Amino acid sequence: MAKGVKPRVKVPKSAAAGDVITIKTLISHKMESGVRKDGDGNIIPRSIINRFVADFNGQNIIDVTLEPAISTNPYFQFDAMVPEAGEFKFTWYDDDGSVYETSKKIKIA
Amino acid sequence: MEFTRRNILALGSGAFAAASFAGMPAFASKTDDAIAAFTGGASVAEGGIELTAPEIAENGNTVPVSVTAPGAVSIMLLATGNPTPAVATFNFGPMAGARSGATRIRLAKTQDVVAVAKMEDGSFRQAGATVKVTIGGCGG
Repeated sequence: MAKGVKPRVKVPKSAAAGDVITIKTLISHKMESGVRKDGDGNIIPRSIINRFVADFNGQNIIDVTLEPAISTNPYFQFDAMVPEAGEFKFTWYDDDGSVYETSKKIKIA
Repeated sequence: MEFTRRNILALGSGAFAAASFAGMPAFASKTDDAIAAFTGGASVAEGGIELTAPEIAENGNTVPVSVTAPGAVSIMLLATGNPTPAVATFNFGPMAGARSGATRIRLAKTQDVVAVAKMEDGSFRQAGATVKVTIGGCGG
């Protein structure tokens, strides 16, 4: 498990049925690209989040494949449909096999 | 043909133009390979996709970019001047509110960023933006 990895998501607490909302997600992660060298000149191996998935009530919103060119602390902003009340689930997959998850509920206004 | 000065000039500039086209190097071929892998070799049209990136990025370690392509199934982002062009691929599911995404990327140096969208009808669209980078973003 990479150390100190914390996800943070910004989702409105409520929306009208059928609204499109903007979701912002951030996860603290070094995203070691695999091209940097350490003090002795050895390549520091790649270790990044390679996939981010957002679902709503079990249905997929977005599925992002990340490469080392995504900045440290990967940030994603995207739009989601809210047909009904429910729960958003966000999942990040790490090169080292770790999986980070967080979820947010939303009400219909 | 009469060798007037006008003729020589026309002949000369024609030859120069032909020579300069022949001399053009294979351009950004790693990027071309990545695009070909994504499209399966299909042709890519311009337009129908919008890529927003700053003209000048003060810090190549975190360059905000956003891309939107109404009707797209997935959008691939490439940084043509990075050691590896692949940056990210956004795949949209049934609950996506819009076919768009924004993120922050690393750019090693001034270069073109390219976005290729796979549309619902199977066609492909692309857009590009040149970003000037003052401090490179690959730790080098």
